[in-house]
This record gives sequence, structure tokens and C-alpha cells, in this order.
Amino acid sequence: MGKYYDLLMKDYRLKEGLNACINCGTCTAVCPAAEFYRYDPRRIVDIVQSKDDAEIEKLLRSDTIWYCGECMSCVTRCPRKNAPGLIVMALRSLSIDLGFFIDSEKGRQQYLLSKDLCSNILDYGYCVYPRRFDYAGHPESGRIWEWEEKHLDDVFDRLGGNLDGDGPGVMRKIPQEDLDELKRIFDETGATERMENVRKAGERKAEEMGLSIEEFSSKVYNETNPKHLNQ
Amino acid sequence: MIYEGKQKVWSDYQKDIPDDHYFYVRSCIRQSFFPASEVTFLDITRNRLGKDIFETEHHTTCGGIAYHSDTIPQETVMTIIARQFALMAKNGYENYVCSCITSFGLYCETMETWREFPEEEARIKDILWKTCKLDFAKPKYLIHASDLVYKYRNLIAAQAKHKLINVKTGKPLKVVEHIGCHYSKMFPSKGVGGAEYPYVLVGMIEAWGGEIVDYPERRHCCGFGFRQYFIKGNRGYSLSNTYKKFESMEPFHPDLIITNCPGCPYFMDRWQYVIAESTGRTYGEEGHGIPVLTYEEVAGLVMGYDPWDLGLQTHQIDSEPLLDKMGIEYDPAQKYAGKNGKDIGSPICPTCLK
Repeated sequence: MGKYYDLLMKDYRLKEGLNACINCGTCTAVCPAAEFYRYDPRRIVDIVQSKDDAEIEKLLRSDTIWYCGECMSCVTRCPRKNAPGLIVMALRSLSIDLGFFIDSEKGRQQYLLSKDLCSNILDYGYCVYPRRFDYAGHPESGRIWEWEEKHLDDVFDRLGGNLDGDGPGVMRKIPQEDLDELKRIFDETGATERMENVRKAGERKAEEMGLSIEEFSSKVYNETNPKHLNQ
Repeated sequence: MIYEGKQKVWSDYQKDIPDDHYFYVRSCIRQSFFPASEVTFLDITRNRLGKDIFETEHHTTCGGIAYHSDTIPQETVMTIIARQFALMAKNGYENYVCSCITSFGLYCETMETWREFPEEEARIKDILWKTCKLDFAKPKYLIHASDLVYKYRNLIAAQAKHKLINVKTGKPLKVVEHIGCHYSKMFPSKGVGGAEYPYVLVGMIEAWGGEIVDYPERRHCCGFGFRQYFIKGNRGYSLSNTYKKFESMEPFHPDLIITNCPGCPYFMDRWQYVIAESTGRTYGEEGHGIPVLTYEEVAGLVMGYDPWDLGLQTHQIDSEPLLDKMGIEYDPAQKYAGKNGKDIGSPICPTCLK
């Protein structure tokens, strides 16, 4: 008992985020995710502080830990200065490190998140890069983005941007030597290893589900089971 | 003097904001969707107010969105942040101002982790040297760009060409302020006014003549939720949160929403469009939406910038009703024009939303 708890306690976010929880449920009352999903952050904190390995492993393999939006509204309100949002982040990290994330529908979404966000950082130096934000994949971005996407260079030029240009400015091209430094930071701090592990786990899961990687990606991006919803 | 109630809370959350000399870092989302806002911020601070705001092309994302989507470890973002701090020190600055709220929260989190666990700061120092041959110094002052506009609000008011006042009725415009969650929900003492009564945008609205709208879901998240937006199957989460906020504020008939987070204006603008197109429900007057502007855009309007130079044409919600109320002149023919009037077409009009 306590193996997973001990692993979690190596994470600074748990050291900072977990004091004795009194189970008051304030975090759940203010949580935007708890209103939308079948989600109860109070229960998550209680399971973690119980140090019960079997229950923690269930959490690590579940959809539950992926419902949080990390807005951190819970942090402001907790009367005991716990940070359920940080505890969830530590659980997610451990779930990825142990490969458990791939067992749940919501956890599997890490395959695409990792691929898209990390490649934006390593290729361009930005988490979000407008040439990779397409209207087809984001119809809610509106007719306005449909138009902007077609005229991105002209729109940025009109608004004083420096899209992919040299020197400082809005959405400038970040010099290659700086991207090289980001890559070395990724390699040294475990980000590259995490990316690779998530990629391989996704590919294995696709094979196990009898799907091509394109079919798997489409399923992960578009589909959601109604069982998640709080209705 | 004995402070009580809101005054007591306010006195606990005063924030030192130096007047000048800042190292500026940009926001991935603000640059992508509101590029003119960062241009305007630098034009106002440097050229209108004569401040020293330095930028280097060598800074990068802080990695915050990837971190809060749980794709990269905490060590990674802490080292990227240490690298940004190293660039600040290398260029001779000690005041750090960032455009992004996710970044601001992450800088606060990192500084707090290092304060509580100095051995972690030492470890990141070693990693930064090993990977980049850089050494860092922590900022003396860590500021969000909205803090700085708040600091300069009266200087901006002194140069105002327009106020947040309806020129036809003479009454103040009703303004909703929406604070990005990571501005002060994690570390209330780091934000102007804290998390309960954040004053950073309220101060601007008051200084520029508007009236604050208080409504039940004022502190509710816009619904970004990182992974809850980036994955299409999760976006109902994001939409539901915006819907909740708009249903709550609509009875108060706001003229304008002002935001300090780069993501919130995108979501609150675009989800209004989705709600209108899918249900016919609109929240502004006569089938329009409620304009959702960045604080740089509002400051720009107050100072007399051309609305199309500010990029208001890149919002899905039309800003013309607001411009008319403020008595701001604009050329409809130039709304979607490119540089020097270049014809680059125009977007398709929505079906329900005016």
C-alpha cells in the first residue's frame, strides 16, 4: 500500500497541492468540469490521500482524471489550501509515465495533444501557430477565421504583424538556434521521452483496435462517449 | 485607518508595478488571433507614453498551453521559463512583463515552487546551463501586460479621444470585465485586487468612464480548458461554460466585455457565434452579439486609434454597435481591406448572427 502515492509525492505539484482534505466538497461545487462531466474532484483528492494503491490505479487508468480543465478555480476556494487541480496534473503525469493513460477514451486524447502541441513548439517555438490552426478542424472559429486562413499573410501584414519574418514582432520566425535550444531542453527534461512514449502507446493501441493511425487519430479527435456527461 | 470588507481585501492585494523599463514576452494565442493587440500595446506604451519596453526575437513560447494539456513535464516549462529570465537578464532588465495569462500563472507557479523548494531552482539552473549555456536571474517584478495598462490607465484617460460613454444618452456604457483564471485564482496576492475582487480591469473601466456590470457568473471560467478545447470531441465543455456566463450576464444588457486573457476573448466571441447559429439565441441588441475586446483594443479605442488598425474586424461579433455608441467614426468600406486598401475579399456573413 502506498506505492503510487509515493510516486505521486515525488511531484512538486502534489507536495504543494495536498494538505489534509476535509472532504467539504467546495472544489466540486465551483468546478466547471463537475457541472459538465460526471466528475467530483473532492473524491479524487480523497482517494489520493487514502494512499490506497488499488483505488489510485483505477483513477490512473480512468477517464475521470482527464475531465479537469485546469482553470484552478478550486485552488482559490479550498478552505484548507489544497490544490485539486495540481493533484490532477500530478495524476495525469503519472498515468502517462506508467502508460495507463491509453486505457481510457479521454486519456488516449494525449496522443493527439502531444503530437500537435509539441511539434508546434519544436517546429516554430509557439504552442499555437496560426498556419496550423485550420477552419476545417475548428468550424467554431467562425466565418471570420475561414476568411483569415485564406488571407493570413495579408491580414497579419494589415495588422502590423511579422508572420514568419525576421527580427522581433508578432508571430515572427523564431531563429533556428533558439529552436535548437528548445529541443535540447526537451531532451534533457524528459519531454522528448514523454512524447515518444505517448506516440508508441498510441500506435500500439491503434493496432490493438484494428485501426490505421489515421482512423485512430480521427476517432480520438472527434468521438466522445455520452457516458462522460453529467446529464 | 481600519479597513473592513472589500476595502480590507483590496488592501491585502495591492501590487507594486514599476513605472518603466520592462522586458516584454509575447503570447502564442494573442499573436495568433489578436495580433494588433500586441502591436497596440507596444505603440501605446512606447510611442504614446514614452516607456521603455524591450523585446527580443529570441524569446519563445513558455510552453504553458502544452504543459496545461499535460504533454510536457514541469521540468521542461521551468527550464524554458528560466531561459526567458536569462534573456531578460542578458539584456539588462529586471522587470518582466508578459502578454499571456497562462504564462503569467505559470511564472507565478514556477517562482513559488522555487521559493518553496530551492533545490529545484538549483537543478533547473544546472539544466539551463547544460542545454543553453545560459544563467538566469529571477525578475525583480513579474507583471502581466494588463497590470501595466492598469498602471497607465489615468495617463491613457488624459489622452482620451473617446470615453466608455454612450454619446447619444450621455450614460456610461455597461461593461463586463472577465479576468483570465490563471491571473489570480492560483496566487491571489500576485494579481491587482486578488481573485475575489480583481481590480485590474475594473480600474481601467472606471478611469475611462464605463460602469461595471456585476453578475452571478462573473468569476466563472470562459471554458478554454486546454485539452477540453483542442480535442474536437471535448468542445462541448468549452461551449457550455461560455453559455453559462452569457445566460448569466444577458439580463444586465452589457454593451461590451473586456478581457485580460488572450484565450477568453476568442472563446467568448466565437461561442456566441456558435450559439447564435445553432439555436438563434443572441445576447446583444437586435440580433447582434456582445463585443468581446482585449484591454489593448479598448485602450486603443479610447485613445482614438482606427478600429480596423486595432483588428476589430477579426472578431466574429461585429463591433459597430459599440463604435456607434462611443461616437467613433469608421469607414465600413475599409473594414476587410488589406494593407494600403488591398482587396482581400471579405468573410461570409453568418446566418443568424447580425
